[in-house]
Amino acid sequence: MTPHSVRVTVNGRVYERTIPPRLTLADFLRHELGLTGTHLGCEHGVCGACTVLVDGTSARSCLMLAVQANGAEIRTVEGLKAPDGSLHPIQEAFRQNHGLQCGYCTPGMLMTLVEFLGENPKPTADEVRDAISGNLCRCTGYQRIVDAALDAASRLGSRES
Amino acid sequence: MGVMGTSVLRLEDPALLTGTGRFIDDVPASGALHVAFLRSPEAHALIRRIDTTAARALAGVHAVLTLEDLVPVMTRRAMMGGSRSSKLPDNVIPTALADKEVCFVGQPVALVVAESRYVAEDAVALVEVDYEPLPVVADCRAAMEADSPRVQRGAKSNVLASYNVSYGDVEAAFRDAKHVFGDAFWQHRGGGHSIECRGIFVDCRGPDGLTVWASTQKPHELFQVLADLLDLDENRLRVVTPDVGGGFGPKLIVYPEDVAVAASAKLLGVPLKWIEDRREHFLGAVQERDQYWSMEIAVDADAHILGLRGGLLHDLGAYAYQDVNLPYNSATSVAGPYIVPACSMDVAIAQSNKVPVSSVRGAGYPQPAFAMERLMDRVAAELGLDRAEVRRRNIIPTEKMPYEKPLKARSGAPIVYDSGDYPACQAEVLAAAGWEDFPKRQATARAEGRYIGIGLANAVKGTGRGPFESGMVRITPSGRISIYTGAMAMGQGLRTALAQICADEFGVRAEDVTVVAGDTAMIPLGFGGFASRQLVTAGTSVHLSSKAVAAKARKLASDILKVAEDDLELADGEVRVIAAKQLVLDAKKPRSIGLGDLARVLRGAGGSAFPDGLEPGLEASLYWRSDSLAYANACHVVEVEVDVDTGGVRLIRYVAIQDSGRLINPVIVDGQVHGGIAHGIGNALFEWMGYDDAAQPITTTFADYLLPTATELPAFETLYKESPSPLNPLGVKGAGEVGTIPVTAAIMSAVENALTPFKVRIAQTPISPEQLLELIEKGRS
Repeated sequence: MTPHSVRVTVNGRVYERTIPPRLTLADFLRHELGLTGTHLGCEHGVCGACTVLVDGTSARSCLMLAVQANGAEIRTVEGLKAPDGSLHPIQEAFRQNHGLQCGYCTPGMLMTLVEFLGENPKPTADEVRDAISGNLCRCTGYQRIVDAALDAASRLGSRES
Repeated sequence: MGVMGTSVLRLEDPALLTGTGRFIDDVPASGALHVAFLRSPEAHALIRRIDTTAARALAGVHAVLTLEDLVPVMTRRAMMGGSRSSKLPDNVIPTALADKEVCFVGQPVALVVAESRYVAEDAVALVEVDYEPLPVVADCRAAMEADSPRVQRGAKSNVLASYNVSYGDVEAAFRDAKHVFGDAFWQHRGGGHSIECRGIFVDCRGPDGLTVWASTQKPHELFQVLADLLDLDENRLRVVTPDVGGGFGPKLIVYPEDVAVAASAKLLGVPLKWIEDRREHFLGAVQERDQYWSMEIAVDADAHILGLRGGLLHDLGAYAYQDVNLPYNSATSVAGPYIVPACSMDVAIAQSNKVPVSSVRGAGYPQPAFAMERLMDRVAAELGLDRAEVRRRNIIPTEKMPYEKPLKARSGAPIVYDSGDYPACQAEVLAAAGWEDFPKRQATARAEGRYIGIGLANAVKGTGRGPFESGMVRITPSGRISIYTGAMAMGQGLRTALAQICADEFGVRAEDVTVVAGDTAMIPLGFGGFASRQLVTAGTSVHLSSKAVAAKARKLASDILKVAEDDLELADGEVRVIAAKQLVLDAKKPRSIGLGDLARVLRGAGGSAFPDGLEPGLEASLYWRSDSLAYANACHVVEVEVDVDTGGVRLIRYVAIQDSGRLINPVIVDGQVHGGIAHGIGNALFEWMGYDDAAQPITTTFADYLLPTATELPAFETLYKESPSPLNPLGVKGAGEVGTIPVTAAIMSAVENALTPFKVRIAQTPISPEQLLELIEKGRS
C-alpha cells in the first residue's frame, strides 16, 4: 500500500502527514496527531462516539479514511473551548446539567450538538432527542444530555443576543 | 455547612468535556507493539493443528503465539489465581488461549503481535486452524438432559452445581393455600456494552518491572492474578487504571485476553497493547441474564402470600471466569420486598457453548424481580384485585424493619433488610404517577382506539458488598489532601463523592481533595467497582480515615497552639481557634496553623524530637469492614402505549422512586438511577443477544443488537426517599444497579395491562414487537 500524503486543518492548525491509505480518520486523529479526545466505540458507524466535524458537517471518523479528509477543515472536541481555556457553552451546559458520566460518548455528543444547535438554535426536547439518536450513551439514559442541550441552546442564544 | 448532601459539580468533568481525559487507548504507548486475537469460529471443536507460517511471514508481524508458547512463562496452564476459590471443577476454568479445544465462538485461540493493529488483524486472517467440530450444546436446558453432549470434552457433566435454598414449611403452605398459581419465565441474555470496550497495555520497559494499564473494574484482582500466573514479584508489578469508559459488570473479570497479553509481553520482553473492538466485545466480554424459572405461588383468599416454590436454571456459558455467585443472589432475593413465610428454590447451574456469563448491571437481581413481580400480577389478575393492592397486602411494613430473612448472604451473615419504608415508597410513586386515575385515562384512550397500559414493580437490592474497601487519606506538607482507594469509578462520579465526604472533615471544598483510585502502587489493598458497593465501602473508609486525620491534626495543633482541642476547628485548610475563643487569647499567640505545616511536623526531621503520643504522618488508612449488606429499594411505575398492529411499545411516562439511604450527591445519584432504568428498558424491549441453534452469535454489531437510543426513552421522573442505613456511619446505600432491577417487570406489567382485551400474558424478557404481535394475534382469535 503506497503511502499517501495528507494535509488537513484540525482545530485551526495545519498538519501534513504521510500515511497508509487505509488509515481511518479516527485513528489518524488519535494516533498520528495525538488528538485522543475523539473516541471509538464500535468502529462500524453506529455509536457515534467518533463524531467530528468535517468542513462543518458531522462525520463518523471511524467510517472515513484520513486520505478522504485531504484538504478538509476538521473540528474535534479539543477545538471547542475558548482560547482562554473557558468551556464552550455546550461543554458548560453538560457540566452544569450532569450530561455525562463516564465521558466516553461525550465528545461525539458534543460535536453532534455543535452542528445541530448551529442549524436549530431553539430546539424542542424531541428535536434534541432526534438529533442525538445516532449517538449511543450507556450511562445517562439521555435525559440529562437532553437537558444539557436545551440549556446549551439558551446559553448560545443569550451569548448572541 | 458542608458539601456532603449537595450536588457539587463533578471533579471528573472538566477533563472529560475537553477531550483531555485519558482512557486506555489514550495512554501514551509509543514503541508498543499491537496484539490482535484469532478467535474461534466454532462453538465447540477440537483444534487439530494451528499453522502460523503465513501469518509470521507477513511484513510487520513480530510473533504469532499459541498457548504452548505462553506456558513456559506461566505458573500453570489454567487461569487459577487471584481471589478465585478452588471449589470449581478444572474444566470450567479457562486458559489464556485455547488448550486444544474451543468451547464458544469467540474464544481466543492464538494471538498476533505486530507493528500496528492493522497489520496484526491482517495476520490473524492468515493463521490457519484445522478444527474438528464437536457436538454443540446451544441451550442450558438441553445441557441438563442425560444424553446431552458435553460442553467440554472430558467433563463429567454439564451441570456445574445444583442446590436448594429454602426456609419455612413450604409443603404445609401449599397444602393449606386457597390458591396456587404457577408460571414459567425466561430472561434472556444481554451485554454490558460500555461504549468503551476492554483494553490492556503492558509496559515492560521500565527498570521497575511490569506496568499494566487496564480498563478494569478490579485492578487489584488483575494485579494478583498476573502476579500469581506469571510468577511476578509483587514489588515489580503495578496495575494502573486510567479513566474507564463505562463498566456495567463485564470489566470486573480478569479475562483470558488480559493474561495472554501480559504473558506475551513477559515472553517477548516488549511492550504490548490490545484494544478490543465491538465485535470482540460481543464475542468475548461476559453476558448475563439467561435464566429459566419455574415458579408457584401459594396465597390465601385475601392474596396474602403463604409460600413460594420452584427453581431456576442458570446458564453459565462455556467457562466460569470467576466464582459463580449470580444464581445464589437470584434464589435468595426472590421474595423481594414481600413477606414470604415459606420458600423453596432449586438452583441448577449448567454450562453451554456460549460466551461465559457473569455480572451485568443488576447481577442476578433483575431475574428474581421479574419472576416475583410477574407472579404478583398473576395473583391480582386471578383474584380480580388491583395489582398495587396485592403488593400492598404483602409488602414488609415499616415497623418490621430491620427485617431478618431466614437466609444467609454469601458472606455467611444473615440477610437482614436494614432499613427502608417500602409501603411509603410504593404509595408515593403511585400517587406521582396517577395510578388511581389511570383506568379513566385508559378508557378514554380505548375509545380512541389506543391501547395504553400502566405497570408497576418493586425491587430490593443488597448493596455495599465487602468484606472491606481501602480509603486512605493523606495530607502532605504542601497542604494537599489526597484519598487513595481500591474502589473504582467507571463513570459514577466516585471521585467527587469521596472528595465531598473528606472535604467536610477539613472544612474545604471538594475540589481541594485529590482522589487516586485503582492504582496498585498507591494503595496495596482493594477490590474495585461492582455490586453497588463503592460509596458504602470506600465512602465509609474515607469518612473514618478523614476523621482520624482530622483528630490527629487537632491534637497536634492543640499542642502547638497551646489551646484546648475543643476550642479548635478545621476549616479552609487550617486548624484554628474558634471565633468565640479568639478574644480571650493573647494577641501575640498564633491562632491557626495550616494542615501542611502539621503534616511537615509529622514527617519529622532527622534526629529531632517528635511530638508525644502521635504516630508519624498526617494520614490514616482505615479499612471499614462490611459483612452485612445495606439494602436499597425502588418502586417503578411506567405507562406505555402498544401499537396492536405492529407490536411496537412506546414508553409514555416513567416514574421511579428510589431509597439509597442518605444521598451524598443527589444529582450524581439521579444520574445513576436514570442510567439504571435505561439499561432495564434495553433488557425489556431492545437488547437481544442472539444465537442460532449451533450457538453461533447472530447479533454482533450495534445494528443487530439494539441499545436504547434517545428517541426510545421517555423523560424520567425520579423521586427519592432517604432512609439512612444503620449499618454504616454515613447512612448510605448503593445506587448504581438498583434502578435496573424492577424495569423489565414494570414494563411487562404495563404492556399486559394495555393488552387486557387480548388476554396477553408475557413470561419472557426481552420481548420483541414480532413476539408481542404474535401474542396479540393469538388473543384476537
